[in-house]
Amino acid sequence: MDVLTDNFSLYGRGFLGTVELTVYASLLAMALGFVMASFRVAPVRALRVIGTVWVTVLRNTPLTLLFFAVLLGLPRFGLVLPFQLFAVLALGCYTSAFICEVLRSGINTVPTGQGEAARSLGMSFGQTLSNIVLPQAFRSVIPPVGSTLIALAKNSAIAGAFSVTELLGTYKTLNELGYSIIWSFVWIAVGYLIITLAISALFHVMEKRWGVAR
Amino acid sequence: MTRSTPHATALYDIPGPATRKRHFLYGVAATAVIAGVIAWVIHLLFDTDQFTSQKWTPFTYKGIQELLLRGLGNTLKAFAYAAVLSLVLGAVLAVGRLSDHRPVRWISTVLVEFFRAMPVLVMIFFVFVALRVQPLPALVTGLTLYNGSVLAEVFRTGVNSVERGQREAAYALGMRKTQVTVHVLAPQAVRAMLPTIISQLVVALKDTSLGYLITYEEFLHAGKLIASNLDYDLPFIPVVMVISPIYIGMCMLLSWCATWASRRQRRNPKTEATGASTAGQGAVLPGA
Repeated sequence: MDVLTDNFSLYGRGFLGTVELTVYASLLAMALGFVMASFRVAPVRALRVIGTVWVTVLRNTPLTLLFFAVLLGLPRFGLVLPFQLFAVLALGCYTSAFICEVLRSGINTVPTGQGEAARSLGMSFGQTLSNIVLPQAFRSVIPPVGSTLIALAKNSAIAGAFSVTELLGTYKTLNELGYSIIWSFVWIAVGYLIITLAISALFHVMEKRWGVAR
Repeated sequence: MTRSTPHATALYDIPGPATRKRHFLYGVAATAVIAGVIAWVIHLLFDTDQFTSQKWTPFTYKGIQELLLRGLGNTLKAFAYAAVLSLVLGAVLAVGRLSDHRPVRWISTVLVEFFRAMPVLVMIFFVFVALRVQPLPALVTGLTLYNGSVLAEVFRTGVNSVERGQREAAYALGMRKTQVTVHVLAPQAVRAMLPTIISQLVVALKDTSLGYLITYEEFLHAGKLIASNLDYDLPFIPVVMVISPIYIGMCMLLSWCATWASRRQRRNPKTEATGASTAGQGAVLPGA
């Protein structure tokens, strides 16, 4: 118990670091994933190929390798940014591949007849998309996006090993200060549980509110 | 995919000649943009002197090649241990969750839920730092606990997706629960879940690279050693360019196995018993 009360600010900073990393990387992953998903369902073949390559390569890249390449590689090109931003970039790009697949399968669950009916009513492409297809796709996509974002929160632990301030990294300082390692890990575990449970609760509420009624 | 297959989706109709022409122009524009980006990256690579002979000759040295191969071997060794052990752990936990005894069921549920909720890296670091274990066992333990619990859920879903009639018929023949599970349910479950199981093994293979963070001498670690060598003018980018295709290639190969398994399964009449239920409308009409 002492470990937590004595080092509350340290834990707090790490916890906030993880939360920040998760939020920013989620936003990036959602945006990129949306763009890539729209590429993958586009009628233009070149765009489809781009989307497919993006997804295939990133889904098969170990995240550690991506972190390694982004955090230590990009500075060689003279691109010097804070490590936190690099971490968001790596995490966001990695997760965007998974989000893309989720969104794509969500769009594919919308029956063809829905789009055909919309077009026969004289709706334009934009109207079909925003009034017919996306709302239906959104409903079926909530649970898998939630589990992808939980995976993102868990993956953010890797950033700590590349000297970004986050929850897992706090164990090093505590270890040097001579606190019990087991207990410091217990509190780190509790921190991660809080984050993942919060995300899962949030998506549970969204699912209740907007999800497909089964 | 070979031709631009004109099939209707909810998003747009099958394009006519004018639209096809427009799409072709979009395609040309997109290709031009991508070509521009690739050209820019190549220019950047040359601009920052990544293709000097000083940075690339090390890869022709025998010592360096052996170092990389040893790293690759260590990665594969960790993967093999982790894969086998997590399959075993997954089977044990799945049996636990399907048990008739309530305490066993509870314990396995708690274990599965806990290990699935924890980041793998936290478990690996815990074993490595707090229990003071060597890097390889620490890595294998962490990977086994995480992937084992995910696989337990996969196995359980598989067993539950086998048509109810199969189980009932086996019980009616007088088989015991163990016999029913081993001879009737498990084979069908594994067959139905093979693609998912292989995909989870891809995750395990990808996560062996976490060993780099606890100084396990795997592939990435070998690359790092070469990349930080001043004699070779810090060949970081060349190292990444050599390592990542091999890593990604290995994972793609395994992912491709998963796709192959699922495609084969769709054609195989033997999986029909479970295929219908995984499609989402299971147990409505058992034996129909």
